[in-house]
Amino acid sequence: MTPLQTLPDWTAMAPAIVLGLTGLLLLVIDTIDPDTSNNGLLAGVATLGSLGAGGIAGWFLIAGTGMEQTGGAISLYGDAIVVDGMSLFFTLIFTSVAAMVSVASYDYLADRRYQGEFYSLVLFAATGMTLMAMSNSLATVFVSLELASLPSYALVAFLKKNRGSVEAGLKYFLIGALSSAVFAFGISLVFAVTGSLILPDVAANLANADELVGVLGLGVLMIAGGFAFKTASVPFHFWAPEAYEGAPAPVSAFLSSASKAAGFAVAFRVFTVAFPLDTVTALGGGSVDWSLLFAVLAVVTMTVGNFAAATQENVKRMLAYSSVGHAGYALIGLAAITVDGGAANGDVLGASMAHLLVYGFMNTGAFLFIAMAEKWGIGRTFEDYNGLATKVPIAATAMTIFMFSLAGLPPFGGFVSKYALFYSAIESGFWWLAAVGAVNSALSLFYYSRVVKAMWIEEPSKPLEIGSQPVGLYVAVVFAAVGTVLLLPGFQPVIETAQTVAAALF
Amino acid sequence: MIIEALIAVTFLAALVTFVLPDRYAGKAAFALSLVPVLGSLVMWQQYDASGNALLGGNIAFETDVVWLQLGQYDLHWMVGVDGISLPLVVLTTILTTLAIVSSWTPIAERQSQFYGLMLLMEANLLGVFTALDFFVWFVFWEAVLVPMYFLIGVWGGPRRKYAAIKFFVYTNIASLVMFIGFISLVFGLGDSISSLRLPEIAQALQAGQLSGFAGLSASALASVAFVAMFLGFAVKVPVVPFHTWLPDAHVEAPTPASVMLAGVLLKMGTYALLRFNFTMLPETARSFALPIALVAVASVIYGALLALAQQDLKRIVAYSSVSSMGYVILGLIAYTTYGVGGATFQMVAHGLISGLMFMAVGVIYNTTHTRMVTDMSGMADKMPVTAGIFVAGAFGYMGLPLMAGFAAEFFIFKGAFESTVMAAMPLFTGVAMFGIVIVAGYLLFAMQRTLFGPFQFDGDYEITEAPFHDVAPLAVLLLLTIVLGVSPDIFFTMIQDAVNPILELGGAF
Repeated sequence: MTPLQTLPDWTAMAPAIVLGLTGLLLLVIDTIDPDTSNNGLLAGVATLGSLGAGGIAGWFLIAGTGMEQTGGAISLYGDAIVVDGMSLFFTLIFTSVAAMVSVASYDYLADRRYQGEFYSLVLFAATGMTLMAMSNSLATVFVSLELASLPSYALVAFLKKNRGSVEAGLKYFLIGALSSAVFAFGISLVFAVTGSLILPDVAANLANADELVGVLGLGVLMIAGGFAFKTASVPFHFWAPEAYEGAPAPVSAFLSSASKAAGFAVAFRVFTVAFPLDTVTALGGGSVDWSLLFAVLAVVTMTVGNFAAATQENVKRMLAYSSVGHAGYALIGLAAITVDGGAANGDVLGASMAHLLVYGFMNTGAFLFIAMAEKWGIGRTFEDYNGLATKVPIAATAMTIFMFSLAGLPPFGGFVSKYALFYSAIESGFWWLAAVGAVNSALSLFYYSRVVKAMWIEEPSKPLEIGSQPVGLYVAVVFAAVGTVLLLPGFQPVIETAQTVAAALF
Repeated sequence: MIIEALIAVTFLAALVTFVLPDRYAGKAAFALSLVPVLGSLVMWQQYDASGNALLGGNIAFETDVVWLQLGQYDLHWMVGVDGISLPLVVLTTILTTLAIVSSWTPIAERQSQFYGLMLLMEANLLGVFTALDFFVWFVFWEAVLVPMYFLIGVWGGPRRKYAAIKFFVYTNIASLVMFIGFISLVFGLGDSISSLRLPEIAQALQAGQLSGFAGLSASALASVAFVAMFLGFAVKVPVVPFHTWLPDAHVEAPTPASVMLAGVLLKMGTYALLRFNFTMLPETARSFALPIALVAVASVIYGALLALAQQDLKRIVAYSSVSSMGYVILGLIAYTTYGVGGATFQMVAHGLISGLMFMAVGVIYNTTHTRMVTDMSGMADKMPVTAGIFVAGAFGYMGLPLMAGFAAEFFIFKGAFESTVMAAMPLFTGVAMFGIVIVAGYLLFAMQRTLFGPFQFDGDYEITEAPFHDVAPLAVLLLLTIVLGVSPDIFFTMIQDAVNPILELGGAF
């Protein structure tokens, strides 16, 4: 049932439609007078479009669109698309990140060419992500994945004259293409065994796999590999540090927050709906116990990400590896699912979604601070940040909040979302997973606090020259900081919504 | 709602101060910090609680709303005060205001940030002393560390980075150990509790609801949890042998941060010991009486001996805090109304007196730019008022009758002698009393060399009397010390009222 109950069903897709139309509108605005572009207007339209889509998603969530109380998920286009609580929740993450990135790009793109293209690419990628969260068929999953990925490649390589940016774009594109191929091959194997691409139909036909169980298992593994790429998890994480470091910082923010969350959105749905754990494990020899697979991946991912982050001298690269580490935490949501978990399954998946939302704020904020630093041209290493707090106390305070929140220190949103995640993992019986997560998160304080220490305590080695005070970046960073703080007292509605919509998947 | 208002106003004050220009920050912070002082005094005046907040007593200014529903245990926003926490709330607000005034002279750089952090720390400290839900309490408990880390790390002395990191790492590891201990207790309680509210947990433990967990029997689990929590809080107090972060932190910290550290932050440790270990697991505490009393006496004597060996005035006062905190532990383990009550009273008394001593050392340092006993003598000639208050404060530290320190230590010794937790308690008390002699020894020795005798000073600075705003906080603290010494009942009645239910607890397992 749609929110107003009188509208046609397709209006449930409104968030994706608004994002897509805004992207087109940006192109139109830019073509009216191609020689000059009005940066403020473009940034404003992009931000408003994201906020509008986010607002609609939030309204739908509150109204219960596609949720149990209004008659369950809304299926569209022959079950290829489904709008339910989970897709709306993830849409909220994508749109809020896209809004912050659009506002911030206003300053970052000043005096650069191709502004209209930049904003529209961001919006198209966001559309793709929203569709990923709504995909109910392996075909739509693949198409929307490409819709999200192709603009991302272009965005990473956006600084055409910058070798790092171009190199990062190429690496990202090559690895992305490879993983798409692997993913498509995995889909074909699954289709060969089950004869369907629609997720619930795949699940229904699993039991008929018979002697093809091995083929199915291989297909599931390959699909998991595709997700590992999109979420920057081990073993397909190595593109992330290069891409995030080379890309313009707002794009890094967008990719490491929203794109990662999109990967999780689709992974959550595909694995819980198409390959229910009880059916898959009951198939016997050759099938894949993906819960165990993700448990191993989670542990390795968070540990690798953390230790790699600890050895970095470049702040942006450190954040890139920290983003890998956080993918490991979020993987707990899939890893801690058990055959007889009941309500605990929804709880842990919901906690993982809530963590991704909080992560969307604190990680975007942190990368946007890097964007600010790039704008000021103060350098990239920890040493270059020395004494920054004396010059820009407000921005430094915001960055301090992001760092402590990423480390899971109270009193910020990251603390309570990690608590909820680890607590749910313990409830599902995965106390060892929670313990590894807690130890990793304690260790992560080491490298996060280096940023804080550099900004506040160290003396600058050379005189700091802070030129401009970028208004848009300030707005975005402060907004992210306020969000990170407010998510501590206001965590109850988030976790409640997340766990309710996650429970609907089982 | 007054507690929420108090915390919120202090947070807001911190924010406002943070963005003010440096020129106004000090004065504005002082003015804004008067609001929480007034608020806490109103709380004291309207205080109507009875009994212990954790043991079914009537809690003052209580709020209890569900904050997070997550799995089996709800998290509540639960705050309130009883006779144990209210004196510490009052101490926190008053000491913060005085510490802010004492910062006007020494703090010259990045002032708005400094004062903002002081107020931020105050807000979190108020949260620590008023929170009655474990989760809320833990959030504030950890949040106190961050401002203190910056206060030491940014405005500290030459080795400030080392000291700040050492402080942060020590106390954070301690928090982790404590957290594990407490959470294992929660898991041991299983279904008998539905939230992490401290009263609910304490009462479930009293009702004997603790069952085994992770292969441990109930009593073994209680012992393990007790030891883990004791170790965690012992670092904060600190007691020997976990005290090594304290002198480093104190020596490097700027004076106002030292005042807060010694005056309030150390009390977080003893307050938590009383709230968690000694209220929730009284039987276990009694069974550990011997090692705890040993630790207490070792802190008293060894801390005092360390102080005796120092040449740095600030180090002397820092180590003497270790000694004074030993008395608090001794009073707690005595498990008598005067012992536990005296220990709580000592938290307040020591907060005032150690604040006074650190400020006095700071005032001298502002003028001389040295704290070494050997670098100066006869300062009383040039700074008579400061020296006079310093001497008065030192006598307070030694336990001069009619000053708060005397009342506190008298209560503790009386309680410890009456104690029945073990036969050897009077012996321990006797040895601990000897610590007072050492205290008198090192304080008199230090004063004799620095304040009295012929004036001599090797530095290039001109020695004059400190400005009024440096001396005024000292005078206020001295006045408060005397007022509390003359009529300890200002706090002691409510303290005893809250302490007595702890003593009536029987063994539940």
